[in-house]
Amino acid sequence: MKIVVPVKLIPDLVEELSIDPSGTALDMTWMRLVINELDHHAIEQAILLKEKFGAEVIVMAPDLEGADDVLFTAAAAGADRLIRIIGLGESFNNHTLAAVCQPIMVDINPDMILTGVQATDDLDGQLGPILAERLKMHYIGYIAGMSLENGSLILNKEFPGGLVAKMKVELPVVVGIQAAESPPRYIAYSRVRQARNSAEIEDIQTTELDTNLSPAITRMFQPEAEERAQILSGSLDEISDQMIKILKEAGVV
Amino acid sequence: MPSGIYVLIEHQQGAVEDISYVMLAAGNMLAKQTGEEIIALLLGNKIKEMAGDLKADQVIYFDHPDLEDFSPDAYLEVLAPYIEAHPPKAFIGGHTSVGMDIVCGLASRFGFPIISQCQKFKTEGETIRFVSQICGGKIIVEGLLPEPSVMISLVPGSYKVEQGKGDVSPDIETVEVAEILNNRMKLIEYVELDAGDVDISKEEVLVAVGRGLQNPNDLELAQELAGALGGSVCGSRPVIDQGWLPASRLVGKSGKSVSPKVYLAFGISGAPEHTQAITESDIIIAINTDPNAPIFEFAKYGVEEDAVDILTALNDHITQN
Ligand SMILES: Cc1cc2nc3c(=O)[nH]c(=O)nc-3n(C[C@H](O)[C@H](O)[C@H](O)COP(=O)(O)OP(=O)(O)OC[C@H]3O[C@@H](n4cnc5c(N)ncnc54)[C@H](O)[C@@H]3O)c2cc1C
Ligand SMILES: Nc1ncnc2c1ncn2[C@@H]1O[C@H](COP(=O)(O)O)[C@@H](O)[C@H]1O
Repeated sequence: MKIVVPVKLIPDLVEELSIDPSGTALDMTWMRLVINELDHHAIEQAILLKEKFGAEVIVMAPDLEGADDVLFTAAAAGADRLIRIIGLGESFNNHTLAAVCQPIMVDINPDMILTGVQATDDLDGQLGPILAERLKMHYIGYIAGMSLENGSLILNKEFPGGLVAKMKVELPVVVGIQAAESPPRYIAYSRVRQARNSAEIEDIQTTELDTNLSPAITRMFQPEAEERAQILSGSLDEISDQMIKILKEAGVV
Repeated sequence: MPSGIYVLIEHQQGAVEDISYVMLAAGNMLAKQTGEEIIALLLGNKIKEMAGDLKADQVIYFDHPDLEDFSPDAYLEVLAPYIEAHPPKAFIGGHTSVGMDIVCGLASRFGFPIISQCQKFKTEGETIRFVSQICGGKIIVEGLLPEPSVMISLVPGSYKVEQGKGDVSPDIETVEVAEILNNRMKLIEYVELDAGDVDISKEEVLVAVGRGLQNPNDLELAQELAGALGGSVCGSRPVIDQGWLPASRLVGKSGKSVSPKVYLAFGISGAPEHTQAITESDIIIAINTDPNAPIFEFAKYGVEEDAVDILTALNDHITQN
């Protein structure tokens, strides 16, 4: 069984974000990129499936700052093949990424493609379902936990309000991961370094760059709050005094 | 020419989901602006009566036993030929477990552009713009609504449920679906997670913890505070995914919506998927070390301090008095 996990690198939301001079795009100059959190869960889920049922896990990432770290970390966690997609440039959307992934996927012919159900920077849809359509594969998203039974996937699809549908899905399929069955394992940096020495990254050059379906952005900005919280300040004691007072007024103390 | 503003109705266990009315509210606004008809697409098994209060010019109801429960395969198989025959000016789905499985699939199949995480539409004269929220609510994007067709996944927050409910029953056209051939995704059963645990949607005081709490051992402090205030502990998605709290305590888009008198948010950044479920709280108090955390835009009171320090101070304060 072959499982491919295409991952996205996205701005680290812990850092300060800024808009470039055009006012229609993020300023990437100092931006720290990290793996999309849900893609990290997708890698974990793929490795859990490999450990339980046996599989070849292939992780691929666009050649952006930080891609090597992401790929070698995946190798240290248990991924078998690492692919770096070259030639995408700095900024591209999900349609472009899906177009570029398509021939690589056709070549690999996976039983399963796992990817985060969304990425925080998604504006033109999600990679998983767009890729699925291009490959004429079926897609199901919002999945938290899955296993294999007699060659079919048994998975949990989340709906609002804490409702979960246990479903049976036939392979091959593209799955949008909301959460792995268990949280991504901790990988010590020494193991990533080890992987750097033992694992190999294959570079695949892209050809088609179709940006046709990008929405025309006229403005990008950081929201200015109309109303902001009243900040309670002082020593810890003073702050907790004020908080208790608020709780009393609300009638809960 | 593509025409019509379509809304994909979501329903669960016999009831229309609120997001459907929110989408209808948005769709009605678009329809008015463009002079288009608003058409609700309802798929199900013998649920025609559910269409009664949908605020739409027309409801197209697709009826088949295999549409009883949501399956992306079955929905796509039924919707694709309809969309092919009647391409819409705009198709609105929820940015949800249902909508997100359908919107991108149809869009790629027919080469329509997609607008994700759309919050609302803005009009200036003839021009219609979309407004989307990305990067966990930290960035707003505006752009021209693509033409002639566009697929949209909408997030709640800007339109009210009541605006999507109609007083008169809409015109309903039933499409008898002959057969669904290629459904490779079948429901086994619905699982209610941790039934029997407290129902956080009914609690009057909630002590919510997020990733900023950092150490699961400090959960005890939150539990102690919740106990003293007669409330419960709940959390954001990462906290639940790490197994610190059971899924029944999840607040947000994929968990429960809450409406306590007081919502104390410790180390929660305020991502839209979280905040959409806490807006009905009377008072939100946010404790976060980052002065730029979006949660401060939702909170009435804010504390820019370490979560554990404040939990400890509050607990001490309560014990002493
Ligand atoms: C499809 C989908 C559905 C989702 N559904 C949900 C959902 O139902 N519920 C939900 O909550 N999320 C949901 N999410 C996830 C959501 O996007 C956010 O990732 C999540 O809410 C972030 O949780 P957080 O605020 O705890 O963590 P973070 O965003 O990591 O924030 C941690 C915060 O803690 C602060 N902090 C750090 N250290 C301290 C300290 N010592 N003291 C005080 N503060 C500190 C930081 O400044 C930061 O603001 C969903 C995401 C997707 C894609
Ligand atoms: N034109 C298309 N483009 C992309 N996917 C398609 C298309 N037609 C069908 N599919 C998907 O591929 C599956 C297999 O279709 P079929 O080729 O009819 O066996 C269908 O159930 C659809 O989900």
